[in-house]
Amino acid sequence: MNRHLISAGDLSLDDALLILDTADELASTAARPMKKLPTLRGRTVVNLFYEDSTRTRISFEAAAKRLSADVINFSAKGSSVAKGESLKDTALTLEAMGADAVVIRHSASGAPHRLAGWVRGSVVNAGDGAHEHPTQALLDAFTMRRRLGRIEELRVTIVGDVLHSRVARSNVLLLSTLGADVTLVAPPTLLPVAVGSWPCSVGYDLDAALPKADVVMMLRVQQERMNAAYFPSVREYSRRYGLDAARMALLPDHGIVMHPGPMNRGVEIAAEVADSARSTIVEQVANGVSVRMAVLYLLLGGAWETGEQR
Amino acid sequence: MHAADRTDAPRRNGPPQGAPAAAASPRGAPPRDAQPRDAQSRGAPRRAEAPARAVLEPVEIRRALTRVAHEILERTNGGGDVILLGIPTRGVPLARRLAERLEQVEGRPVPAGSLDVTMYRDDLRLRPARALGHTEVPAEGIDNKIVVLVDDVLYSGRTVRAALDALGDLGRPRAVQLAVLVDRGHRELPIRADYVGKNLPTSQRELVRVLLTEIDGQDAVLLGATPDAAGREGS
Repeated sequence: MNRHLISAGDLSLDDALLILDTADELASTAARPMKKLPTLRGRTVVNLFYEDSTRTRISFEAAAKRLSADVINFSAKGSSVAKGESLKDTALTLEAMGADAVVIRHSASGAPHRLAGWVRGSVVNAGDGAHEHPTQALLDAFTMRRRLGRIEELRVTIVGDVLHSRVARSNVLLLSTLGADVTLVAPPTLLPVAVGSWPCSVGYDLDAALPKADVVMMLRVQQERMNAAYFPSVREYSRRYGLDAARMALLPDHGIVMHPGPMNRGVEIAAEVADSARSTIVEQVANGVSVRMAVLYLLLGGAWETGEQR
Repeated sequence: MHAADRTDAPRRNGPPQGAPAAAASPRGAPPRDAQPRDAQSRGAPRRAEAPARAVLEPVEIRRALTRVAHEILERTNGGGDVILLGIPTRGVPLARRLAERLEQVEGRPVPAGSLDVTMYRDDLRLRPARALGHTEVPAEGIDNKIVVLVDDVLYSGRTVRAALDALGDLGRPRAVQLAVLVDRGHRELPIRADYVGKNLPTSQRELVRVLLTEIDGQDAVLLGATPDAAGREGS
């Protein structure tokens, strides 16, 4: 394993399976009355969040605390960043405080990569711009494996705002490593220019894709990142690319519906779909803690082969 | 844990303290003994194994387990509240075999499971993070039961210490006992086994390997001359 987790594409098949298997074992500890493990006692994990986030930050915080690590939460609002401190200066401050791992979310793609060059600890990418969100992809893969028993040869359809989605990119990279067959379905305006080079196929017709899909993953329409008119109206988008009960009925009987959250009910997903038994949305949140525990354990739990002191 | 701990050669009676200051590490050599030795033998690069000789044959392993099973029944008044928990990897099939024997003798099933101790080990930071084993506790839980921990080799006692911590997070057993197939000595902690299949006097330079049909395709206990990096037997 790499000492940082920046991109889902950096994970080999063995790395990815090790994380998923470790998460499987750790998930069982969540059912016990005593949920805490002593493994990372004395380690410090800094949550460095330059963008708003509820579930990811809380999930990382819960994961670190269940492993007995000390957690320092840092959000850009109300910090020196508001006074104009650069990422590098903030990183050096964290370094001086002895952070063993930095979990970073930033609006700029590549910020975690830069940070990894400045700090000695491990860097975990918790979402950078429209680039990647590797732990989300890991928890999605984990959820698929738990629900459907395997990932290999699974047909996964990812629908919606791929252009602004770091979740989609990380999922495409990870799922192709794990041997799934990924199809992106979106309006042409919401697909990145380089999508042709991604290891997946692309379609524009949701109704045609659904009957063949074992998994359908709905993406949020990220209106806050949209600086142009990517589709005529929300209503039209919802008609063509939203998942409602009638469309869900096109899925095979075992098919599941996923969403990385937060949802726009009534836009990309109808409320009755989000709350149906096929939806794994709440499960995904619970699995997120197990997967992040696995990542933190594998990055911080042992020594690195360089013989360097950790 | 200082970096120096892991690179130091094994020390028996502490390093010569009269060495000139320049040679010593800036913080001074930590006067600890057990940890460096343990780490050193485990962290060494894997070398070709010297020919190992079998010290227990399949039939002897079978007899030893049958005797241990009877001892468990004697010591626990028929094994009524007993739960067997094997420590992965090879403690797990051993626990299952003991459970079968207890059932044969007493005519009622004895629950067996597994207890992974990786997250509780004290040597995690000396090696790259490793994969976890499986923990499976019988549905009735361990509260007020007599838990018999089962492992293949008892060596430093550190695995058993970790297992006691892990048990404490699962519940509160009435008593905890320890059964091992081989006790090879060289304890580093005040821990002893309640049931021993075979006491095997060894040198610390030797390597004890337990092979079990369920995992290795054959039953045997081997004693080799070369310390091996895998080292999990050494715990």
